[in-house]
Amino acid sequence: MLELSRVSAGYGSFQALFDVSLEVRAGEAVAVIGPNGAGKTTLLRAISKLIEVSAGEIRMEGRSLGDVPAHRIIDLGLSQVPEHRRLFPRLTVEENLRMGAYTAAARPKFAQRLEMVYALFPRMKERRHQMAGTMSGGEQQMCAIGRALMSGPKLLLLDEPSAGLAPVIVQSIFDLVRKIREEGYTVMIVEQNVRQVLKVVDRAYLLEVGRIKLAGSAAELLASAEIQKAYVGL
Amino acid sequence: MDRRWLPALAALAVLPWVVPSSYVVHLLVQVLLWSFIYTGWSLMGRFGLVSFGHGAFMGIGAYAVVLLWNFHGLSPWLSIPIGVALAVAVAVLIGYPCFRFGIAGHYFALVTLALTEVVRSVIVALRDTTGGSLGITPNSVLKDGVTWSVQALQFADKRVFFYIALAAWAFGIWVWHRIDKSMMRYAMEAIGSDEQAAASVGVNVTRTKLAITMISAALTALGGALFGQYQQYVNPETVAGIGVSLQIVFAVIAGGMFVRFGPTVGAVFTLLLTEGLRVGIGNKVNALDSTIYGLMLVLFIIYMPTGILGKLAEKLRRARA
Ligand SMILES: Nc1ncnc2c1ncn2[C@@H]1O[C@H](COP(=O)(O)OP(=O)(O)OP(=O)(O)O)[C@@H](O)[C@H]1O
Ligand SMILES: [Mg+2]
Repeated sequence: MLELSRVSAGYGSFQALFDVSLEVRAGEAVAVIGPNGAGKTTLLRAISKLIEVSAGEIRMEGRSLGDVPAHRIIDLGLSQVPEHRRLFPRLTVEENLRMGAYTAAARPKFAQRLEMVYALFPRMKERRHQMAGTMSGGEQQMCAIGRALMSGPKLLLLDEPSAGLAPVIVQSIFDLVRKIREEGYTVMIVEQNVRQVLKVVDRAYLLEVGRIKLAGSAAELLASAEIQKAYVGL
Repeated sequence: MDRRWLPALAALAVLPWVVPSSYVVHLLVQVLLWSFIYTGWSLMGRFGLVSFGHGAFMGIGAYAVVLLWNFHGLSPWLSIPIGVALAVAVAVLIGYPCFRFGIAGHYFALVTLALTEVVRSVIVALRDTTGGSLGITPNSVLKDGVTWSVQALQFADKRVFFYIALAAWAFGIWVWHRIDKSMMRYAMEAIGSDEQAAASVGVNVTRTKLAITMISAALTALGGALFGQYQQYVNPETVAGIGVSLQIVFAVIAGGMFVRFGPTVGAVFTLLLTEGLRVGIGNKVNALDSTIYGLMLVLFIIYMPTGILGKLAEKLRRARA
């Protein structure tokens, strides 16, 4: 579904990604794990066309993203839950969800998807008239995931959904990710919470200083000495 | 707009017949036309697009109509659309590169400020046609017993213009209302807080900003054209230039740019202030009024950034809760 071949990208003269190749197949859940500053967010920004790639190619269902502007990415079925959630704080929860269905293709399905998101997150329904910026971190994360689902994406990109949340909330966020998987969405998730994320994905890539260091099934990675030593910690 | 507003509009419509003097009618026309212009500015301002360029749009509208009338005998009914189109074209010329290359905040304010000064300078420089800094008067058809002309949009009775101004003002409020209820408002709100996140949900950031700027410039140019037509006189200092831009920004901040009738309250407030100062201190102390204006602007920004009506609405909401 999504294919990156030898992608390099960065900020000005600073290169943050080197020759990254990876793939997400339909129906899969794939994680990209790695320490702070590895380039995980940069990778998702490149896929969302918020930054340009300097070399290599990104393809969604065979279509190159080279000449697709950032605001058309969502039309290709790519929807992201950005790092730090980035809700629209001065809009209410429901208005944020409405913005998730902003595109011409998604607007007619707004009511139906709103029901779906409210069924998934009953809490959001309770809070629907609250300003998004005034909610707790966990609620904001749910709202951000809900917003991303409102476009009816083929592939959901999640950037560290568990960051900055209390352990119980982290648990419920991962439960949610599992639930979203069961709904049939294809998911690509960036995480530092290695132990947890490897329980919900099929495959994973380890990204270090902008390069893919390891790739394999979740079980393989979990068993690898490198991951055990550096990330899971025994 | 829904039917609830009809009684209010009707009440406004009888005003010119019940007020004591034509001077009051004059003040009402001023308030309505400025309210319309301020409302036009707020369409952008409320989303953080702070423009100091609206003096330019107003000037373009006002001058286009007077010049086309004087030199080509073109009726305002034709020249107003031309003036509005011209202002919209200038808005695109300035807006597109700004939005495309992410010029926002202070830099956007500065670019638009420069635009205003350019337009004013051009008006002054072309003094053979525009009358320069002395201004220019549209050729009057109101002589030899003629008291009105629809074609020339000239009326000896101020009350006629009152209704034109009232219609313009109601139109401005309606545009605000429509935008407020549209996806455009959400999109602009989203852009205002996070452009990248807005783009990621599918908002064409450049195009949306440009669209709101064009609407705002069009309303302001229309307001300028009507204002010049009402005054039967345009002058680079009173319908164009930085003074006008600043007046717009001040009035809107004072009234409240985030609420529908905020700009209108701003127009009433500034008019009362100016008239009060004029009666109170007269013209004895030069430039004292602009000093007071400046001072009040500072006070408003610090103590009442949501403006008079915004503050009031907040208070009401809190009282109800
Ligand atoms: N806007 C930017 N301008 C310049 N450099 C940046 C920018 N954003 C990120 N970087 C740099 O790019 C590198 C990769 O950053 P990135 O945010 O992708 O890391 P990350 O893996 O998401 O880290 P974290 O887990 O802390 O979120 C870092 O060295 C970072 O300093
Ligand atoms: Mg990151």
